[in-house]
Amino acid sequence: MTEERIGVYVCHCGTNIAGTVDVEEVSKWAGEKLKKDGVVVSRDYKFMCSSLGQELIQADIKEKSLNRVVVAACSPHLHEKTFRTACQKADMNPYLCEMVSIREQVSWVHTDKRVATEKAKALISGGVLRVAKDEPLEAIHVPINPATLIVGAGIAGIQAALEIADSGFPVYLVERDSSIGGHMAQFDKTFPTLDCAACILTPKMVDAGDHPNITLLTLSEIEQVDGYVGNFTVTIRKGARYVKEDVCTGCGICIEKCPIKVIDTNFEAGLGYRKAIYRNFPQAIPKYPAIDTEHCTYFLHGKCKACQLFCPTQPNSIDFEQQDEVIRIEVGNIILATGYDLFNSRRIPQYGYGRLANVFTSLEFERMCNAAGPTEGRVFLRDGITQPKTVGIIHCVGSRDKHYNNYCSVICCMQSLKFAHLVKERTGAEVYEFYIDMRTAFKDYDEFYQRVLQEGVNFIRGRVAEATDAARLPGEEGKLIIQAEDTLIGKQRRIPVDMVILSAGLEPRADSEEVAKKFGISCSSNGFFIEKHPKLDPISTLTEGIFIAGACQGPKDIPASVTQGAAAAARVLGRIQSKELALEPIRASVIEERCSGCRICNDLCPFNAITFNEELNVTNINQALCQGCGTCVAACPSGAISGTQFSDEQILAQLDGILSLPINSGKVKTLESVPA
Amino acid sequence: METNLQTSRTPTFYDEVIRDTPGGDPNLEMCIQCGTCGGSCPSGADMDHTPRNLFAMINAGMKEDVLRSNSPWYCVSCYYCMVRCPQEIHITDIMYTLKRMAIKEGLYRESSASEAPGFSETFIHYVENYGRSFELGLATWHHLRYHPINAIRMASTMGLELLRKGRMDLTPTRIKNMPQLKKILKKAKAIGGTT
Amino acid sequence: MKYGYYPGCSLERNAIAYQQSTMAIAKPLGIEFIEVEDWNCCGATEYFAIDALAAYALVGRNLALASQQKLNGDRNQLVAPCSACFLNLYKTDHYMAEDNKLNANVNEALAAGGLHYDPGTVKVRHLLDIIVNDIGYEAIAERVTKPLFNLRVAPYYGCMIVRPASIESFDNPEYPTSLDKLTHSLGAEVVDFPLKAHCCGGHMTQISENTALELIRRLLKNAADYDADMIVTLCPMCQLNLDAYQENVNKHFGTNFHIPVLYFTQLMGLAFGLSANNLGLGKEFINAKPALDKISSEPLKKQRRKKRPPKETLPMPTMPEES
Ligand code: SF4
Ligand code: SF4
Ligand code: SF4
Ligand code: SF4
Repeated sequence: MTEERIGVYVCHCGTNIAGTVDVEEVSKWAGEKLKKDGVVVSRDYKFMCSSLGQELIQADIKEKSLNRVVVAACSPHLHEKTFRTACQKADMNPYLCEMVSIREQVSWVHTDKRVATEKAKALISGGVLRVAKDEPLEAIHVPINPATLIVGAGIAGIQAALEIADSGFPVYLVERDSSIGGHMAQFDKTFPTLDCAACILTPKMVDAGDHPNITLLTLSEIEQVDGYVGNFTVTIRKGARYVKEDVCTGCGICIEKCPIKVIDTNFEAGLGYRKAIYRNFPQAIPKYPAIDTEHCTYFLHGKCKACQLFCPTQPNSIDFEQQDEVIRIEVGNIILATGYDLFNSRRIPQYGYGRLANVFTSLEFERMCNAAGPTEGRVFLRDGITQPKTVGIIHCVGSRDKHYNNYCSVICCMQSLKFAHLVKERTGAEVYEFYIDMRTAFKDYDEFYQRVLQEGVNFIRGRVAEATDAARLPGEEGKLIIQAEDTLIGKQRRIPVDMVILSAGLEPRADSEEVAKKFGISCSSNGFFIEKHPKLDPISTLTEGIFIAGACQGPKDIPASVTQGAAAAARVLGRIQSKELALEPIRASVIEERCSGCRICNDLCPFNAITFNEELNVTNINQALCQGCGTCVAACPSGAISGTQFSDEQILAQLDGILSLPINSGKVKTLESVPA
Repeated sequence: METNLQTSRTPTFYDEVIRDTPGGDPNLEMCIQCGTCGGSCPSGADMDHTPRNLFAMINAGMKEDVLRSNSPWYCVSCYYCMVRCPQEIHITDIMYTLKRMAIKEGLYRESSASEAPGFSETFIHYVENYGRSFELGLATWHHLRYHPINAIRMASTMGLELLRKGRMDLTPTRIKNMPQLKKILKKAKAIGGTT
Repeated sequence: MKYGYYPGCSLERNAIAYQQSTMAIAKPLGIEFIEVEDWNCCGATEYFAIDALAAYALVGRNLALASQQKLNGDRNQLVAPCSACFLNLYKTDHYMAEDNKLNANVNEALAAGGLHYDPGTVKVRHLLDIIVNDIGYEAIAERVTKPLFNLRVAPYYGCMIVRPASIESFDNPEYPTSLDKLTHSLGAEVVDFPLKAHCCGGHMTQISENTALELIRRLLKNAADYDADMIVTLCPMCQLNLDAYQENVNKHFGTNFHIPVLYFTQLMGLAFGLSANNLGLGKEFINAKPALDKISSEPLKKQRRKKRPPKETLPMPTMPEES
């Protein structure tokens, strides 16, 4: 075995590190004291990640014949790739380069320079002993199946599907509802330009429906996901529609003839009705109706069949015998665009929703404004005939409140402004908006606020305390009274109105945890899917090959959802084009002789990488699925699982290094941490 | 012009309020000035500052103005603000703290609720000497002190009626082990503070 | 079922009707109340405004006595019928558990009287809580021999039984329904009373009567707007304010309210067929008799099937109610 020749590089990161750690001293110390451990050169530099910094390392590798490198700088999350690539370019195996985090783990969390400097030394010492044990590795290459699965056909999912399909690659677009379009299809106008949602959405829906590269699966749910990036196998249950898609012309006669009418809590948000055989809206894609078996009298009592009787096609399109279909597809990448659920306003009883007839949710109001909705776009009270003369709009319903959702739902301010405008336009009513903070960031949004101000809407800065029918004064009789503190004048106000609109917040889908689990990703404490990096990689997840787009990642409006859909598609296209993907070789592997077949590790793997070989009575780990998290390594009672790049030997060497310093022997007293 | 506004938060007053509010962190620093408390308060219309406003003043270090405010005294302990506050601030508990501080500093006398502490004190007088409260004594005493005319009216109508219906005693009841209670209260006062 | 019992000062006199009716219904419901011996006042809303530690120690003495006297074996449940007492006892126990320093200080004070209290040893509950949750609506309905048919009742909770909300709260802090359901199980017609958990004015009657009268007026007006024959309550302070101050409200605002205010235990007693004398009836300022005379022995014939709303009417929300 050749002797280790290690280079140590200590980064100042401007003052980020150098402000709290004496980097010069650390570097000098490493050069002298760690000579015995194989360090042949140690340097500090203002920005190691700059090209000059990288060239410094490369020159040393060549001139001083280094075969190992330790970079003490920021976190490997950020720059491990940079330094490994730099080493590789200098003909060193990139996996013989280790990073030691002296920024996130040292300078950013300590204030005492002396202590921080000692801690940096300890960590570097660990890094040096560890790198000596590193093995040269080769990246794992996996082929990428060019097909993509997109889950959720709202605007984000449709956008992603079109981008990929237009580039010539196959897409499976899976939607749970009977038609595509998501929440956007329910809206009337879109802020800030007030173009009609249908006018801009339907062309995209039609495209997605007709596209030769898009396979549209509606009324469908993902049952199971197997495989790994590049090679997923997905099982989909396509729910029975009871209408034959190959013969149905979408004429709609069946809907007309169906005798059963029920409240449509789905598309009409409870404000309108639909038949037991229904289509969400006239321009729905696909155009075929579906039977709602929970309400169809034939399914309930075995009688009726009116739809079948009147269906004009030959053969008849109605098929009561249709069964769910289980479909298995192979895809290389998956984009989740599962959207959001609306906050249940009944959780705030003091706003009266569900008790006071003329309190409406934002989604109900959207349907009311929609020309294809229950009132054909006219703004009425619950009686369906009276126009309101005064309307109150309440912001932040269920948002920014520790009892419900602790986050801002992002869209409600703009949505409320849009409502105010629509109320004015359609009824001329007096409008009051109650807000905590007016959040109109982004292009042309504040201009829209200006416009609504100009239209004479009344703005009251104060979160509404309650909306009630309990009149106190003569002017309040028969009205709904909104009570709030007008915080700008510091007085309580009671505004009698005819109609209240609750700008309800956006929530993660009720089953988001379940879905996350199916796809091997995770949810934040709020329940939205977690992205790989909140700023620099908001559309990737920590699981290779699974991307997220739209409101499933966090509340967002239409432009942002479209952007994410397109971005996720671009990422997938890149993968498809490169045909294969290099994966980090950091993997767990089973030392078969040691495995006792106890199966303790079998159910622990969060990436479902572990299978059991019944014949040999040993556990196997699929190298492409394994993400190197180490869960199984720690769990194995026989020590039979070893993590490449995380072997016991490596970890113990690193610990030896860290513990060899006085800081750990009680000589340097306290490491005072500052809270992050 | 004299002004109480300070450019930075006065740590002392702000911290005092937090320190003197028992029952865990009252989260005062989390107030986002949304006004839910002020909008919910049943006495809000009669307060010279809404609870929200008081918290902004505490934040600005306006100790005297805060302790001179009638707001804490108009608080009826309905806890509406507290259950509705989106930031889970212990508003009602802070109101109690402000009452105690106002008494300590003697500033309540300048508020328009100057008689409120008197009522509390009369109430406590009975509790400390009898171990029970005493409605008749309480009401008459309080009213004699602040509204002599009212006291007569009270005694003649509502009071008489309460007496007649057997809903009021002429003499207070005393608990048996009064010395024990006295010792406990004396000790509590000696320890002082709140928490 | 045995429970420790803390009546509180009001139930000794002003709310004697509450005390009598509670005792009267205890028997048919199989409840035995064992009073804490030598309990003292809970401090109401006043003591906390003057000296917090003394106030906690004052309440602490009651908790210490209750835990010492082991009123009902190991269950150590302490029932308070007055909302203010309930809240003070509950809160003291709860805050002592949350706040170590408070716990230490209260116990230091208690030690001066030879007492000690470990937070969590006594479980404080309101009378309504044990009646609806331990006995249950069905068991109550079974005891009803004289249903309160045709009596329109506005259930009034006030503040301190439902707020501040805690994990253990037995009802919604904004729109509680337990008393509604209880009243319903007695056969009465229940008014969906919007102000059911709003403030009765509390001690403002003593501090700023005008403020208090306005708060009381709001409640009375709302009950009248909803055609309530009476208000039913569960707190002595609420009862006193709404009942004894009703005449003052009328004088002050030129109104003409005559809405009797009874305790829920009194209504339960009547429905159980107990004699009015044992239920403290007649102690109220606004005579409840005319309202009680409305009770009919037969349920009113169900109003003819509600007319179908006109077809333009939009459906009411179907989002599920929070459980
Ligand atoms: S966008 Fe505005 S209204 Fe919506 S949650 Fe945020 S602050 Fe509230
Ligand atoms: S290290 Fe083990 S648990 Fe982790 S992904 Fe690999 S096989 Fe699964
Ligand atoms: S409700 Fe809470 S956050 Fe809002 S102003 Fe009041 S104290 Fe502040
Ligand atoms: S607890 Fe006090 S401050 Fe809060 S709403 Fe009630 S009366 Fe107002």
